[in-house]
Amino acid sequence: MLKEKYQKEIDEIISRYPVRRSALIPLLYLAQRDEGFVSEAAMKEIAGLLRLTPPQVYETATFYTMINLKRVGKFHLQVCKSLMCALAGSDTVVEWVKTKLGIGLGETTTDGLFTLNAVECLAACGTAPMMQVNDDYYERLTEQTFDRILADLKQHGTCSLKTGPFMWPEAPMRNEK
Amino acid sequence: MPKHELILLKNMMEPGYTGSLHDYERAGGYQALRKVVGKVPPAGVTGMVMKSGLRGRGGAGFPTGLKWNFLPKDYIGPKYLCCNADESEPGTFKDRQLIERDPHQILEGILLACYAIGSETAYIYIRGEFVLGAKILEQAIAEARTAGYIGSNILGAGITVNVWVHRGAGAYICGEETALLESLEGKRGLPRFKPPFPATNGLYNKPTVVNNIETLANLPHIVVRGPEWFASIGSPPKSTGTRVFCVSGHVKQPGNYEVPMGVTFRELIYEHAGGMRSDKSLKAFIPGGASAPFLTPNHLDVKLDFESVAAAGSMLGSGGVTVMEEGTDIVWAALRLMEFFYHESCGKCSPCREGSSWLVQTMRRIVAKRGRMEDLETLVDLCKNIEGRTVCAFGEAEVAPIMSTLKHWRSEYVTLIQEAEAANLIKLEPAVRH
Ligand SMILES: Cc1cc2nc3c(=O)[nH]c(=O)nc-3n(C[C@H](O)[C@H](O)[C@H](O)COP(=O)(O)O)c2cc1C
Ligand code: FES
Repeated sequence: MLKEKYQKEIDEIISRYPVRRSALIPLLYLAQRDEGFVSEAAMKEIAGLLRLTPPQVYETATFYTMINLKRVGKFHLQVCKSLMCALAGSDTVVEWVKTKLGIGLGETTTDGLFTLNAVECLAACGTAPMMQVNDDYYERLTEQTFDRILADLKQHGTCSLKTGPFMWPEAPMRNEK
Repeated sequence: MPKHELILLKNMMEPGYTGSLHDYERAGGYQALRKVVGKVPPAGVTGMVMKSGLRGRGGAGFPTGLKWNFLPKDYIGPKYLCCNADESEPGTFKDRQLIERDPHQILEGILLACYAIGSETAYIYIRGEFVLGAKILEQAIAEARTAGYIGSNILGAGITVNVWVHRGAGAYICGEETALLESLEGKRGLPRFKPPFPATNGLYNKPTVVNNIETLANLPHIVVRGPEWFASIGSPPKSTGTRVFCVSGHVKQPGNYEVPMGVTFRELIYEHAGGMRSDKSLKAFIPGGASAPFLTPNHLDVKLDFESVAAAGSMLGSGGVTVMEEGTDIVWAALRLMEFFYHESCGKCSPCREGSSWLVQTMRRIVAKRGRMEDLETLVDLCKNIEGRTVCAFGEAEVAPIMSTLKHWRSEYVTLIQEAEAANLIKLEPAVRH
């Protein structure tokens, strides 16, 4: 149950809004952080917390693509496929995933580590091609950096190639990391 | 040295600038707030913004001061400021940089706007994927709260403003201001019918202003350096100030470039973004994000201001400039954008919901060389039945790529269809129209 585990955080979130329902997306995120996806039980509990009906929670949860109603792999690879990335070769990135991991769009590797999805523009069009893995952006992908990202994720659970505070082009004098 | 004076990107261009409160204050930050709080009446701040000529940077270019003035005057009760950091228009990535590199510039803008409109609560609606941006904003808010800029009794002047970060969850439509409000209320992001406008019936049905992040970031500079100074930059009187243009596609140096409005596309693309990435010449460009009609090399000398781009048959929109080189398949490019709009149609209005599905299927068929000549009429017919028949401007946006590429590169559509006809494949494919 979310309430027992996160009572304080839940109260704090609800207190930001004059109307309880506004806390719905933040609480769905909380549930997703907890379990990796949003289960029906969690949606029912959130409905109770916000004094909504379960369908009200469900209709919101299903509208937003970032709310996962099914379990995804430990690393959710989301490759941007919108035009600006496509001009820079994003279709090739999807092919890399397919050949290197043997999964197609919407699929998860059998070890449960990687899920692949193609998504729409993530506001990184100037540093294309790019992908988001869980919370992190990886930009200006090449096959070499891509291989390293997969290897690092597998081995260390994270990769130092992820983007920090964004600026492109970099400020003069500031050398590339 | 940049050719033009930087305003919004100035701090972050300083080597070593971290965006912390300390760095921001050292660069002169929060002086605008100190200058007005308790000293200049709120209406005076709105007056400055009106005089500066500042227009919204979110897409529509609505005059900011005028928007604030629409709030009911003697209203007693809560009013809200919603800061639009949804940035999901393909081709646009400036708000991300403004947020992650100089968050206090935005917070000071938010505080000035709240002061001017008399709002005690601001929500920053940030797209869900900007996890880092949301974290940076939250840290900055905590710093500003400790320093007495946010919270109750700001600068000892008895004014309260609280700022909250609210993450979206992956829906382009939530950048549209009324869909944003619905989403912030915990609902599906379906745009509202206007009127009534957010100025009178906005968040929780209360008077509300929705402003883009870049719009807000301009406010401290207008207050400190004066509206006359701001109004002298760019292409006055209608397009004042600078804009951070996001250049993407086939250029040597894609990225964010801040230039005064009124420079030409030629200057932006060939001087700032380094020109084409190879020896192929420019074939097409999109001047203002995915919703803006495509333009051709003949339009390179058009000025980057609201009126000039509109006169050229497109729009300045979100400031996302995407460049395509010779050899780019234009019909494929239009299809890519159409796939985006099809995916993002929220489903509220039938012409858009059904029409986007038809459009995308027809386009896919043409690109796959299974099209037929009547498809071109079907495309135009569908577009005309979507445009102007939807609750929000998404309808105009989704037809822009197809209508504009049909206008400038019709022959490429025709060639694809002729190839299909020659291959005689169409006989096997009955027209699919659902
Ligand atoms: C489909 C659609 C998507 C939009 N997306 C955004 C967006 O991502 N960010 C934004 O600031 N404005 C976006 N807008 C414009 C907003 O509706 C609104 O005009 C703007 O946030 C107002 O702020 P401004 O006056 O400061 O520009 C969008 C509009 C439409 C119709
Ligand atoms: S098109 Fe891929 S990030 Fe914008």
